[in-house]
Amino acid sequence: MKKSLLVLALSLATTGLVHADDTLKKIKDSGAATMGVRESSGALSFTLGDGKFVGYHVEICERVLADVKKQLSLAKLDIKYQPVTSQNRIPLVQNGTVDIECGSTTNNATRQKDVAFAVTTYVEEVRIAVKANSGITTIAQLSGKNVATTTGTTSVQLLRKHERANGVDFKEVFGKDHADSFLLLESGRADAFVMDGQILAGNIAKAKAPADFKIVGEVLSVEPIAIMVRKDDPAFKKAVDDSIKAMMKSGEIAKLYDKWFVQAIPPANTKVGLPATEATKFAWANPNEKPVEEYVKK
Amino acid sequence: MAAWDWQVFCKDTIEGEVVPSCFGSGGDITYLDWMLSAWGWTLSVAVLALIVAVSIGSLMGILRTAPDKRLVAVGDAWTELFRNIPLLVQVFLWYHVLPSLFPTLRQVPSFVLVVFALGFFTSARIAEQVRAGIQSLPKGQSYAGLAMGLTLPQTYRYVLLPMAFRIVIPPLTSESMNIIKNSSVAFAVSITELTMFAMQAQEDTSRGIEIYLAVTGLYFASAFLVNRIALFIENRVQIPGTIGASR
Repeated sequence: MKKSLLVLALSLATTGLVHADDTLKKIKDSGAATMGVRESSGALSFTLGDGKFVGYHVEICERVLADVKKQLSLAKLDIKYQPVTSQNRIPLVQNGTVDIECGSTTNNATRQKDVAFAVTTYVEEVRIAVKANSGITTIAQLSGKNVATTTGTTSVQLLRKHERANGVDFKEVFGKDHADSFLLLESGRADAFVMDGQILAGNIAKAKAPADFKIVGEVLSVEPIAIMVRKDDPAFKKAVDDSIKAMMKSGEIAKLYDKWFVQAIPPANTKVGLPATEATKFAWANPNEKPVEEYVKK
Repeated sequence: MAAWDWQVFCKDTIEGEVVPSCFGSGGDITYLDWMLSAWGWTLSVAVLALIVAVSIGSLMGILRTAPDKRLVAVGDAWTELFRNIPLLVQVFLWYHVLPSLFPTLRQVPSFVLVVFALGFFTSARIAEQVRAGIQSLPKGQSYAGLAMGLTLPQTYRYVLLPMAFRIVIPPLTSESMNIIKNSSVAFAVSITELTMFAMQAQEDTSRGIEIYLAVTGLYFASAFLVNRIALFIENRVQIPGTIGASR
């Protein structure tokens, strides 16, 4: 009996030392929460400069934290914005630097081993952008053509898989960021740009002549994008999920979506022009945290 | 962080399954295969760019010490042009701007463009070093050469350059090591070299620490190898009783 108590006490002590697992308590004690944001993740999460961060996921998180504040009956809750990159976002959530990551993280099985995801708030479709006058309408027509995509994204692996499965041969060209990949398409070095739909739509909206480009062809892959929180902290995850589910139920989330993806957004007052897809609407109607592996590929 | 997982290099790049032999077969490749091929690209870019840089840099450095003002002006203009523009900007100029001005350049593979961009950038720095090496010799040496009846090119070939190059081996070594590290800009124009491999593979596998450690090791090993080769050359060509032979 004594021994088991000792073991229990030890294990409690060590977990307490290694992890600040109780995010709600941490927020209550410090009166502050740290939100992980992205510098440029399409309309999901981006900066306006001067340390200001906005976007669809940022606004959802702000509302979630407002609900958390209510739940903890705090008089004041400071929100700190911490820019993250796709390289450091998971370590920063794990080590407690970031309490809630509101960027563009794909929910997949590998990451679920390290972190937890809130219910999916956005479902991304990977599409193909081409020049409007190119006559390309399906991925099969891209055989032997130059296909651009961005280094460090899941689309690279996706193209590789597609190449093998369908026996087509693309000449891949890699841009160092999305703007660069779009320039490859614009300057004719690439015949197509394969990337997340909202990024394609956003880049086309910002192009010199948006009418010259169009998004065509089948959906190459479907990826659930979700807000990320620490693993093994059910109380905080429940608070976040409840808040998001309430927004889904009330239709609030559809309004937020419309604000960021359909209406003109800062800084340049351009429109992404991407109404919610069926997959996204389905995720709102049936809140879930399925990883990408469980989405059926078309 | 969780424990290290070096098995990640044995994974197939398509399915993410661990291949027992660590090397892919039948057209499939593992991350290890990919990293070695990326290393090959890094070394190819660096070595070819170094050849361009040393040949053009030496020529320009010599021109800058010539007695003819026009030749000096050409050498100076070259050096200042390529030394004053950031390397990444130069790479983009070669890749995006020049082909839109001269459509024939579109057919040139990006590998060739980046070799020239990196080679010309480094040539400006080598020109400066070669000039400094030649100018560090006493003026009397070139007069003596001319007084012996050698022509100006012969004076350079047999009197000045043999000494000047020995003097500038240490800075040239630094340049050669720099060119290996600078070759990482090639990822910006779609060359699948080590930096690009690192960025992509860490996204594919979420094992960033292992990938970056391995890539860092390869960069270090490559640069260190260059260092050792240069040291070997330096020791072989030194002339007892002259500069650099104090060791």
